[in-house]
Parts: sequence; C-alpha cells; structure tokens
Amino acid sequence: MYEAGELKKGLSIQIDGIPYVITNLEFVKPGKGQAVYRCRLRNLIDGSVIDRTFRSGDKFEPANTSQREMQYLYSEGDQYYFMDTKTFEQIFVNADLIGDARKFMLPETVCIITFFGEKPISVQLPNFVELKVTSAGSSFVGDTVSSTYKTVTVETGATIQVPPFIKEGDRIKIDTRSGTGVYVERV
Amino acid sequence: MPTPGFLRRNLETRARIVEAIRCFFRDEAFLEVETPVRYPCPAPELHVEAMRSEDWYLSTSPELHMKRLLADGYESIFQIGKCFRRAERGRIHNPEFTLLEWYRAGTDYLGMLADMERLIPFICSYLGRPAHVEYQGTAIDFSPPWIRMTIREAFQRFAGWSPGPCPDSDRFDVDLVDKIEPALDKRHPTVLLDYPASMCSLARLKPGDPDVAERLEVYAGGLELANAFSELTDAAEQRRRFVVENEKRCRLGREPYPIPERFLSVVGRMPPSGGCALGIDRLVMLFCDAQSIDEVVSFTVETA
Repeated sequence: MYEAGELKKGLSIQIDGIPYVITNLEFVKPGKGQAVYRCRLRNLIDGSVIDRTFRSGDKFEPANTSQREMQYLYSEGDQYYFMDTKTFEQIFVNADLIGDARKFMLPETVCIITFFGEKPISVQLPNFVELKVTSAGSSFVGDTVSSTYKTVTVETGATIQVPPFIKEGDRIKIDTRSGTGVYVERV
Repeated sequence: MPTPGFLRRNLETRARIVEAIRCFFRDEAFLEVETPVRYPCPAPELHVEAMRSEDWYLSTSPELHMKRLLADGYESIFQIGKCFRRAERGRIHNPEFTLLEWYRAGTDYLGMLADMERLIPFICSYLGRPAHVEYQGTAIDFSPPWIRMTIREAFQRFAGWSPGPCPDSDRFDVDLVDKIEPALDKRHPTVLLDYPASMCSLARLKPGDPDVAERLEVYAGGLELANAFSELTDAAEQRRRFVVENEKRCRLGREPYPIPERFLSVVGRMPPSGGCALGIDRLVMLFCDAQSIDEVVSFTVETA
C-alpha cells in the first residue's frame, strides 16, 4: 500500500478497482492544517481524467500493473522506440508517457516501462544518467536556479544548470527525477 | 518560463522588501530580536513536524520565545528568521523558509491585521510602486480595508456547511483547500477570521463566542500569507491544549514534543497581546510574480 506522501507523477494506483496513473500531483498545506495532495489521475482503461484530493493519512493500493526493463532505441517525431533486451520485442510509446526527462535519454538508455496488461502507461528513466557536456554555454549572472550556476548543453541537446567549473567535454551525472534534471557531480 | 536573470532580480527585490519591513517596524518603535533557531521544546501542534538537531529541534516558529519576551515586559518586538518544518515541500513550500513574526502588547488579532494593512502598502511605496501588484495575471489591490469573512461565513457560502467548535478536521482541511481557498476573490487580500476553537492551540477563545478562537489568516493572490492571533495568556488552558495536541499526534503515530515548561511558567505574566506571522517568501512571490517559491530563494532544499 502506498501512503499519500509516497504518491508521485507516473505512479499507478487502484481506486474502487479501477487502475489510474497519476498525471499531476500538487502538495498543498495550510500553515496549521494537514497536508493535502491534489491529484489529477488518468483512468487507464478508458483514458478519462479525474481530479481527487487526498489527505496525508490516506493509503492506496498499487494498480494491477507490471514492469519491464526496456532499452531506448530511437525516436521518430513523438514516438519513442524501445526494445526488450531479453525477448528483442520492440514497442513504441508516445513522448508524453516519458515526460520532460526524455531529453536526457541516449540510445541504449535502459528504462523501466510500466504496463497495464499489454498497454504501456509510463516510462521511468534511471534515477541518474551520465552525459557529456557539448557546449559550456554563455552564462548570464543570475539566470540560474542557483546564483552561481550556469547553463550548459549536453550530448542529447538538452540544457541543464551546472556549477561554473564544468567545461565542454566533461561528463556529468544528472538526477532525472525532476523534469528539469538536477546536476549531481562531475564523473 | 522566467526570463534570464530572473533570480538575481528577485533576490534584489527580496532584499528591498526586507529593508522596507525593517523601516516600517523602526518607524513603529519596535525592537528587532533574534530568538533561538535551535531549542528543546517546539510548540506541540498536530500538523507541524519539527526537524531534529541532535537532541533538540530546529525552530518551527519563534512564537514561544517571543511570547516569553512579552512576559518579560517587552511590548513591541519583531523578528525575521528562518524556520524549518519537516516534509513540507511543494510549489509554495520549502522545508526551510523565512518568517516575519511580530507581537504587540495591548492589542489583539484585529490590531495585527491593521498593522498588515499598513505594512504591505508601505512596502509597495518603499519599492516605488503603487499599492497593487500584478500576480499571475490578476491585479491585486493592497489598499485597505481588506475583505473580511468569518470561517463560518466562508464555509457556509463555499462549502455548504458551518463548522462548529470541533469540526471533523479532515472535512475541514480538505474543504478549506478545495472549496474555500480557490473561491476567494484574488483581486484583494482576503482575511478569514474566527477559526474553530479546536484549531488554534495558541490563540485565546473569542469572549462571548467560545466556539471560535481569535485567529485570522490573510490570503493574497491565492497564497496563504499570514496568520495572526489574539494570544492565549492562560497558563493552565495552554498546558491543557499542549497535552491535547500531543495526544492527537500520538494517535497518528507522530512523536509527542516535550511540554514547553519554561514558556508555561511565564505565559500567565504576558499582557493581552496580538501576534502575527507572515511568510516572507510568499510575500516576495507576490511582488515578483513568481509561480514557485523556487524563484525567490537563493537555494532550495534540492540545490542547497
């Protein structure tokens, strides 16, 4: 069972026997009140969207889903192709199942894809990826999450905030769990 | 998407706002104080989790220490300082945040509201702006008087029921967030007053209406901005309430906090006073048109 505090985007839960995936989650807490989680959920059977508000004490059953490790191959427009390394079966998923973190995927990145029956419902990148910095970028003073960070481009074409000592050619470790990606360290 | 250089601009605005706040209180002859950021006894409250610092805790609010100063004869005090609350992270929450808290002996929660109605326009004027801001597409007019609504009125109007002195807190908390807060008119700050008696462990009950406590909350632009009380000065009642809060905490599997004995031993000497806590990060968000607290702090818990 999940607790409300463990809910996050991409997680699938069962409500009244119907599986849903969380597409949006907002933490709301008045100063003296309890934490409340405003959730947008997509029905995995018919695709309809519902909004629900949960309290911090609520508990949730995981949805009847399965997970497989699959390797990213390539993308064509909005379709992203993956292969099961054991069975060599190939599938494609829509970009929005992966979310913003797809900009950190390289061919051969191994992801965890959640299926409801045969249907892929979410794609989870590894928590950390290592990518090469291809352009150390210009830095505005103060255009960054941290006032001393600067923006660089990595080999996938994505941009990310890093400390000023990072140079072109450096390999960096990125935490993919937030959509924007967070610099962890140089490797 | 914030434009390049946004963080620096916001931090500069933030510094000016804090400067303005200090000028306001200097002009009101307040004393600026600093009370411990690390102490043994956080005020026991059901939904406030203190972070541990070795065998003590980081401050969740400077309230108890500032009230001890009031009991010692200080009459007009303010503090701008960091507070810490576990497991509070979201678009408008960072577990470490900055509170402005001020206390006036001889007044009540309405006196603190009057302070706020002068403080915010003062800040606007100090920043060289008129008394309104544009926040997320809505113009918020800070000129007083602000919209006032009791909790009973707000719930009756937007949620279809009227909370008694001890309402179902789950129903109250969810309706407040789902039905009341989104319905408040964003064009003016709105003040919700007179919360159920069971929901204000540090505020005194309303003389003549003991089902409610003299607590008010100020909302602006959809953000919870400030919380003010007429402070409770009855030591026996305050002790009883701390015990009740600890019991509620234990029932939810949360650790009880040590009863604040030093505070209780002097709270009876406190004159009737008003106190107010204002979230400075939230205030800066309004002035910077920031959708997220991340845009108005130098480092968040993820980047610290």
